[in-house]
Amino acid sequence: MKKINEFSMKFLAKSNNESFARSIVGVFASQLDPTVDEISDLKTAVSEAVTNCVVHAYGTKAYENKENMIDMHCVLYDSGIEVTIQDTGKGIEDVELARQALYTTAPESERSGLGFTIMESFTDNITVTSKPDEGTKVTLLKLFKHLQ
Amino acid sequence: MKFGLAHTGNTLIVRIAGELDHHYTDEIRIRIDSEIMKPYVQNVVFDFNKLTFMDSSGIGMIVGRYKKIKAVGGNIYIMCGNKTVKKILEMSGVFQFAKICDDINDAV
Repeated sequence: MKKINEFSMKFLAKSNNESFARSIVGVFASQLDPTVDEISDLKTAVSEAVTNCVVHAYGTKAYENKENMIDMHCVLYDSGIEVTIQDTGKGIEDVELARQALYTTAPESERSGLGFTIMESFTDNITVTSKPDEGTKVTLLKLFKHLQ
Repeated sequence: MKFGLAHTGNTLIVRIAGELDHHYTDEIRIRIDSEIMKPYVQNVVFDFNKLTFMDSSGIGMIVGRYKKIKAVGGNIYIMCGNKTVKKILEMSGVFQFAKICDDINDAV
C-alpha cells in the first residue's frame, strides 16, 4: 500500500464532536473518489469509535470536568483509508469480550453493544489495543473497491 | 438533526431527519417517552425516511422505546429509506420485533 496523504487532529471528547470527526474523515476520504455507500460505511465506523471514547473511555466519574482528548490520525493509501482513533481513558479489560455483539457495560444508558460489530462489518479490518487506565487505540481500515 | 412528534389515533409518529447519533439520543428519548406515557398511545412509528445517518446509538434508542411500548401491548413500526441506516437496522436484529413499513397507513 502506497501512502498518498495523511492528517492528524486532536479534539475534546464531547458528543458534539462525533459528527465533526466522522464528517472530516468523510471529506478527507473523498479524495480517493469512493462510492456514497463506502463513505457512509466509513463514517458510521468512525462515529462508533469516537462515541466509544466519549461514552466509555471518558464516561466515568474519574474523567468528569477534565479536558479529555481524542486523537485521530488518518492515512490515505492508494487502495483505501486507515483511521486510528485513540484515547487516554479508562481502557478495556477484556477486548475480546468487549468486541462481542450485544455486550455492553452501560445497558442503563441504552447502549446497544453493537459498536464494535458495526465497525467490523463496515470496514475491512479493525485492530483494537487497550490497557486499563491507559487508554484504547482502534485502527480501522477501509478499502475502496474501484482501487483494488 | 430535525425531530418532530405527531399523533394519528393511538399511534405516535416520531419523525427524525438528518443525522442521528449519541449526541441527540438522550434528548430525543426523553421527549418520546413523555408521549409514550400518555394512556392512549398504543403504537410508535419511527419515520426515518429523511434520516441520512444513524449509528448504534439509534439502535439503543429504538430498543428502549420498544420495551416501553411492549409493556402496554403495542408495536413499533419503522419507515426507512437510507441504505446504510437500513443495513444497521437489519444487522441489529431490530426487525425481529419492529415491523418495517413503506407508508404511514400500513402502521395505523
